[in-house]
Amino acid sequence: MNFVLQLWRQKNPRAEGAFSRYEVGGITPDMSFLEMLDTLNEQLASKGEAPVAFESDCREGICGSCGVMINGAAHGPIGGTTVCQLYMRHFSDGEELVIEPWRARAFPVLRDLIVDRSAFDRIISAGGFISVPTGAAPEASSALVPKQGADAAMDSAACIGCGACVAACPNASAALFVGAKLSHLGLLPQGQPERARRALAMVARMDDEGFGNCSWHGECQAACPKSISIDTIARTSRDWSRAKLAAGRRSTPDRTNDSVSEP
Amino acid sequence: MELNAKIPEGPLPAKWDQRLREGHLVGPSNRRKYTILVVGSGLAGASAAASLGELGYRVHCFCFQDSPRRAHSIAAQGGINAAKNYRNDGDSIWRLFYDTLKGGDFRSREANVYRLAQVSNQIIDHCVAQGIPFAREYGGTLATRSFGGALVSRTFYARGQTGQQLLLGAYQALERQVQSGQVRMHARTEMLDLVVADGRARGIVVRDLLTGALGSFAGDAVILATGGYGNVYHLSTNARGSNATAIWRAHRRGAGFANPCFTQIHPTCIPASGPHQSKLTLMSESLRNDGRVWVPKRKGDRRAPCDIPDDERDYYLERRYPTYGNLAPRDIASRAAKEICDEGMGVGPGGRGVYLDLDEALRRIGKSAIRERYGNLLEMYERITGEDPYRVPMRIYPAVHYTMGGLWVDYDLRSTLAGLYVLGEANFSDHGANRLGASALMQGLADGYFIVPNTIAAGLARAGPSPLDPEHPAFRDAERGARAKLDRLIASRGTRTVEDHFRELGALLWEHCGMARSERGLSAALERIPVLRSEFERDLRLPDTGATLNESLERAGHLADYYELAELMCRDALERDESCGAHFREEHQTPDGEARRDDQHFAHVAVWEHQDGGRPPLLHKEPLSFEAVPPSTRTYK
Repeated sequence: MNFVLQLWRQKNPRAEGAFSRYEVGGITPDMSFLEMLDTLNEQLASKGEAPVAFESDCREGICGSCGVMINGAAHGPIGGTTVCQLYMRHFSDGEELVIEPWRARAFPVLRDLIVDRSAFDRIISAGGFISVPTGAAPEASSALVPKQGADAAMDSAACIGCGACVAACPNASAALFVGAKLSHLGLLPQGQPERARRALAMVARMDDEGFGNCSWHGECQAACPKSISIDTIARTSRDWSRAKLAAGRRSTPDRTNDSVSEP
Repeated sequence: MELNAKIPEGPLPAKWDQRLREGHLVGPSNRRKYTILVVGSGLAGASAAASLGELGYRVHCFCFQDSPRRAHSIAAQGGINAAKNYRNDGDSIWRLFYDTLKGGDFRSREANVYRLAQVSNQIIDHCVAQGIPFAREYGGTLATRSFGGALVSRTFYARGQTGQQLLLGAYQALERQVQSGQVRMHARTEMLDLVVADGRARGIVVRDLLTGALGSFAGDAVILATGGYGNVYHLSTNARGSNATAIWRAHRRGAGFANPCFTQIHPTCIPASGPHQSKLTLMSESLRNDGRVWVPKRKGDRRAPCDIPDDERDYYLERRYPTYGNLAPRDIASRAAKEICDEGMGVGPGGRGVYLDLDEALRRIGKSAIRERYGNLLEMYERITGEDPYRVPMRIYPAVHYTMGGLWVDYDLRSTLAGLYVLGEANFSDHGANRLGASALMQGLADGYFIVPNTIAAGLARAGPSPLDPEHPAFRDAERGARAKLDRLIASRGTRTVEDHFRELGALLWEHCGMARSERGLSAALERIPVLRSEFERDLRLPDTGATLNESLERAGHLADYYELAELMCRDALERDESCGAHFREEHQTPDGEARRDDQHFAHVAVWEHQDGGRPPLLHKEPLSFEAVPPSTRTYK
């Protein structure tokens, strides 16, 4: 198979980027999308040209390193997959593919297709955890967790932190990422003591990082390689509102935004 | 090189308590005077960094990925073992210990393995408290499943994403410490060398992968939790970025390398589809709970699998190992697959594959139950191969998955260098010559959460806080060496790409130091590797992206170390003139093709010491004694 690629090239965060056109041949249908880019890079390398920088690590859809926009769709045209698990058999021979990095103010482009997603780490460090120091845990079976609760928590916990939700969102909101973590921990009995604090802290951090707000487009859910539901965003709204009301008389810093991530 | 394992006195079950009792402590207000460098942010690294931060030490943690959450532990699918005996099926700490020791074919240390089994239960407690969404029964209790090499059901799991969930738990604990300022995280940073001064590990040289800048960090102790070296084979189930540079540089600085030839080949991976293959994908071994492995009885049978009637199928694992059947341990199942394919019974392209068939289980418990258990694995299989595993049996073939060998450590997880600790897959300690399924997660978390935070205090207390100035000549020299190596690579003006060289080394090693080894093959490999290496040095072409973000340069650096490591692996495999666990020497097998161990000559850990100036490495031996369990022939028949 042969493809024409319109690829975003950008030397560094400050440089001006632009699309460059490449033709790549010798692609087989059982290559992954990233193996197609590897092939392009091998061809560029043997000519001494700079390879296209893109991120990947596990290449089995779980580490969350990879991710690009293909013809305007995060992780490409097939639902529920990352680009490392997207196979060229889903494209047709000779097709032109426009490949660009995630676009969001909170995810500055570092080079070519690589963006800086460290804002996600900072959102987690703001409160995306259960504070249990090593050694302090009770016997594992001392708290029963209904199967439905554990399953629903697992559905949300499946988030791989790839950033596709942000890239797909017209507002570049991280609401699905935050909602997934709040739901995961909030649906388990172990997560209850910090539930309110967690919602306030993570939402505040999301806003500080420059992500937009949720206005229920639902693009994030469609782009999510783990099919995480926007129900998690509704849970965020509820947890956040409840926490805000409960904290109303205390001096929590007032926030001025008024959309769903700050309802 | 002194190999004192420092195993505490007393009966096996009392040893760990004994060590905790006799170990020196560092007082809470003194801990902030010590700086600890943790390299790697997988299960072992993240759990260690978080736990040490909680204790009050100043911690720096390094990972090459853009976030610590992406370390390759995340890809572990199946589960984590613990001796909870929630199923009332006769499990106990003793049995987990025994299974692990036997599974490792009596090439691991009794005391370490026993402690691992003891700590296993605390890990489950801790992870549940962290909010790991383990699978539950309808009554709300924790669910378990069986894994290869065990007759009890002791594996806890979170769908097919157990590694992901455990890692995210450790990562969240780590981020909590980052927030509190106890841990400083350095992502996109690769360790290039270990700094040793006066016989102690005192720091590391790192490279910022974005800017290419070299720098150094000084500390009172260095913890390596950088994973295994399976990528030396070029194709493995490891992540693209996983590499051996950190442990190899530490080895070159004086840390002994133990049992490098013990590498695990996982029986259930998706077969390679062509030369473009960038990595191999594992299908969790838990599938063998419900899947039956078979090949056609007739050579060259080209019929579709569903057209082959039952009596014309050879369920070779069930035939050869009636007790364990499809749940035979990994090394045995892998070798059996290779043998049956060597005999020409293999299926799929090139005859390198066997069927893993869910048909019987689908009829027994139904599609929805199968989907519940393995849904995401089966989806992944379908995405990769384009075949529906609910209708067509999956094709699988063994692939390199895990390395039991690694840097030598004593009972306290300290290497042969003072101040250098090694955790998780990067060390050699607990799995002997073969690791059982669902034991890697257990070991990584045991080392990081519960062992090193307790054992490191004694070494720190003895040395006292003594920050070494990063202007010390040892740092300057190490940095200069790292820079010279990079400059050499950047200056290469040959014709062949890194991947081209890498593929050639990987193929050679897979052929001669893979599932079956022989004196002839290993000797041939030992002659060939130096040739490949000099070709690499002479004829390498790197894209001209210079010193900044440059994946080819990183991979070239890793490959340069792999040539040396590959040589050591072959040397070790040659030296170990017996078969044990995953190390199968064709010269040593029983008439029916099983491994034949030689306890009289090889009941030891082989520890290699690096020598400068191109001289061959020195072999040291740590004898293994078995007091609690007399070594028996490992049989799963």
